[in-house]
Amino acid sequence: MVYDVAVIGAGVVGGLIARELSRYRLSIVIVERSHDVAMGTTKANSAIVHAGYDAECGSLKAKLNVEGSRMMEGLCKKLGVKYIRNGSLVVAYRTQDMERVQELYERGQKNGVEGLEILDSKALHQMEPSLSETACGALFAPTGAIVCPYELNVAAVGNAMDNGADLLLDWEVTAIAAEQDGYILHSGGNSVKARYVVNAAGVYADHIAAMVGDTSFTIHPRKGQYMLLDHDCVGTVRHTLFNVPNELGKGILVTPTVDQNMLLGPTAEDQEDREDTSITAEGLQKVQENARKVVPTINLRGVITAFAGLRAVGNTGDFIIESPRHGFWNVAGIESPGLSSAPAIAVYVVECLESQGLSLPPKDDFVEERRAPHRFNTLSMEEKNRVIQENPLYGHVICRCESITEGEIVDAIRQNPGARDLDGVKRRTRAGMGRCQGGFCGPMVTEILARELGIPLEQVTKFGGSSYLNVGKTRGGADA
Amino acid sequence: MRTVDLVIIGGGPAGMGAAIAAYDAGVRDILVLERDHRLGGILEQCIHNGFGLHRFKEELTGPEYAWRFEKELRERQIPFRLNTMVLDLSDEKIVTAMNAEEGIFQVQAKAVILAMGCRERPRGALNTPGTRPAGIYTAGTAQRYINIMGYMPGKKVVILGSGDIGLIMARRMTWEGAKVEMVLELMPYSGGLTRNIVQCLQDNDIPLLLSHTIVEVHGKERVCGVTIAQVDENRQSMMETARFVECDTVLLSVGLLPENELTRKAGVPMDARTSGAVVDQRRMTEIPGIFACGNVLHVHDLVDYVSEEAEIAGKGAAEYILRANSSQVEPITIQPGKGIRYTLPQRIDRCEDTTIFFRVTDVHAAVRIRVKNGEGTVMMRKRPRVAPGEMETVRLLGTKLQNYVGQTLTIELEEETEHGT
Amino acid sequence: MEREIICTSCPMGCHVTVTMNGEEITSITGNTCARGERYARSEITNPTRTLTTTVALTDGGVLPVKSDAPLAKKEIPHYLEQIHEVIVERPVLMGDIILEDIDGNGVNIIATQNVF
Repeated sequence: MVYDVAVIGAGVVGGLIARELSRYRLSIVIVERSHDVAMGTTKANSAIVHAGYDAECGSLKAKLNVEGSRMMEGLCKKLGVKYIRNGSLVVAYRTQDMERVQELYERGQKNGVEGLEILDSKALHQMEPSLSETACGALFAPTGAIVCPYELNVAAVGNAMDNGADLLLDWEVTAIAAEQDGYILHSGGNSVKARYVVNAAGVYADHIAAMVGDTSFTIHPRKGQYMLLDHDCVGTVRHTLFNVPNELGKGILVTPTVDQNMLLGPTAEDQEDREDTSITAEGLQKVQENARKVVPTINLRGVITAFAGLRAVGNTGDFIIESPRHGFWNVAGIESPGLSSAPAIAVYVVECLESQGLSLPPKDDFVEERRAPHRFNTLSMEEKNRVIQENPLYGHVICRCESITEGEIVDAIRQNPGARDLDGVKRRTRAGMGRCQGGFCGPMVTEILARELGIPLEQVTKFGGSSYLNVGKTRGGADA
Repeated sequence: MRTVDLVIIGGGPAGMGAAIAAYDAGVRDILVLERDHRLGGILEQCIHNGFGLHRFKEELTGPEYAWRFEKELRERQIPFRLNTMVLDLSDEKIVTAMNAEEGIFQVQAKAVILAMGCRERPRGALNTPGTRPAGIYTAGTAQRYINIMGYMPGKKVVILGSGDIGLIMARRMTWEGAKVEMVLELMPYSGGLTRNIVQCLQDNDIPLLLSHTIVEVHGKERVCGVTIAQVDENRQSMMETARFVECDTVLLSVGLLPENELTRKAGVPMDARTSGAVVDQRRMTEIPGIFACGNVLHVHDLVDYVSEEAEIAGKGAAEYILRANSSQVEPITIQPGKGIRYTLPQRIDRCEDTTIFFRVTDVHAAVRIRVKNGEGTVMMRKRPRVAPGEMETVRLLGTKLQNYVGQTLTIELEEETEHGT
Repeated sequence: MEREIICTSCPMGCHVTVTMNGEEITSITGNTCARGERYARSEITNPTRTLTTTVALTDGGVLPVKSDAPLAKKEIPHYLEQIHEVIVERPVLMGDIILEDIDGNGVNIIATQNVF
């Protein structure tokens, strides 16, 4: 069969584009090289919905950020994704940095950001009492928000699949052949054909573009290291705290997350390697030092994990949403504010495809809402009892740290796009995301995965490939 | 709401021991809530022997030790619920729990004993640089894979931390055919019991590298090796000593943390030194009627001590329920001094013979343990050897305690050589 | 010849020095109690260990087992191989003999858990 559209990359951008396309009577396929969706930049970033004061006036970034930020809340509601409009503060620690605050304010006004205010030290500390005393003022953006990027990503792909889109995982595009009436994407011995192709391949977008002869841009990875603090650290800070960007750099943020953790980071380290997401002692040191500068009382003993992600930085300074040849669209260089812009990027890309002749007949049975999974520990007692009565698996807690039940884990494996590995369950349910980091529940989730997927225990992986979790039975174990 | 005299949260050695002691002290209306599908707690996966030397004067395996208590619990027909997770505890002693059969239910207790045990510190808390592949487990997770599920986590192993579970797993994995390359310990001494160093490591020719740590984890999908290095006296890695060790598995045995989420929910005041509740000699927390015992109160090195403490808490709770008498005297505060990490109990409000448990901060040979009230010495005890991994005790007689009502007693360590012997 | 043995009879972990003249023990020092001497003597002449491991259950689970008395340390790998051959059917009660007289001296391998 020939698909109408193939989307390369099942990150948050590719996922939302596919979902936007699934409104129409089109056949859609998403191809993804990893074992799950949300495995690239989406997996590890700052999880911020930027208000839109940062990007250069008139840039694609500015336009799509402001639009995306406006769309985000409604989108999250439809997809059953947590969203908290906690507001952002860009904090100045030196009086000369207040000029920069003023500039950001003016730029934000021009970009159409609503509700911006400049705060003096007193107003600022009233808003954030634990902020360092040296903070002398800030830009307050009440439309700044937080969201969980992989939760949004899973929901977007799931909703697209519920509306008929196909998802091919472990499907790395190795070659693209341009034909008269479309493109053939090859992955090893497999291939799919599509009339239109959207390249949303993150840090590999330039490699994919090169497969159709487009070498007009390059992508380089920029590593960001983060630390995540336990729930008891929440409450120290309510807003997302940025430092004023100055000659010392853009600074590192301190923010609560929608899941009631505190997130610190990222560093910004340009590198060649497109795979290297290792963490370093120096990087984490930097993250900690900044956090202490911003919130001197921060409890760094509450760190439960550290991780790194790669931003896909393009060489043009702006998002690259262009068509090098008919029917092929690059959606590349989607670095910050990429997540914030993603809902608007999706709409914009569909318009771009339409401008090249893709007809968009509305689908009568499009379901724009996705059933949110039961987040058991947020339910009332009556609701919990009702859910347990319907399905006793919800009465069985698997992850003790986050109170995640077997019902939620089974649901995550069964609902589109189903979790197929330990990390997939973790991203969808938070089982293993708590302070013991899967020490207790890891083996149990592994057993549930094996049972639900009908595979032997030794074939369950952490995140696909050769990330196996055990090497088979013990000597004293039977070959049952 | 249903009322129960005594709710015990946790059916491991602490919870079972406390239930039995409370029953024997006259409490009949007891409910033990256990989250696993069987009683016994972590002992069920500790299939090695060495449990019960103090209590039963014989060497039992974990499941055997647990069974001794489960049998007594069953003989007394003390009610327990399995697969039941306690979700909340209020300062009014309302326990909210859940299981698949009953859904959510609430119980108003007269007294509650916290016996939730502890968990292992994960990698995240260590911030070890490098990649984040599969193959990194806490020693206890590996123990569950092998001893309960019958699966091998890997074949070529490096163990970070010489805590007892790590040492036990070094032997266990060797006996199951894995190659354990080495055990690394950040400190200049091991946190494990001597018998485990001898029987688990020396017996199997597994090197123990003191003052060493992992400075980087390698491997994209599965661990393929670690870079290790020696650390200086400030525990900073000396990169000139760094070397690569090939392995497919890293086990972490870097400490245990009491699992006090429910304790915090109830607003029970905590001791930052023990990471558990502040308790009196009966193991009652600062919220009257809420007691704690076992590893949720402070991490024990021997289950025998857990059982001893459970008995104290069980009796204490029974007395609270049946007689509801509270303190008899103005409390005596017990606090750690030089060379002591923590003391337990932290408070004594009755002048009866009381054993104080404590841990030292460093390894020493030939020391004196001195209990002081200000400058005066209350008592003194000599010890040939002390180590942070091994719990120490002093016993204060009730007759003596009468002299220190309302005062603060400090436990200190002095090296004998400093003062001559 | 001298050999140093760390006594594991109790947490004190005395470093016991055993002086030998060929096969004969001429002195034992460094122990603080009689158990230390006994331990050091047996470590030199015939070190023994209690063996604990698991055997397979027919339905895929595992059953923990132990030797009901200490076994010669150097023979343990050999005994492990024998034990790992065994597959047991439920139910098993704690104390049930899984392998009888493994060493020819009457030491049995017994179950250490009830499985139903």
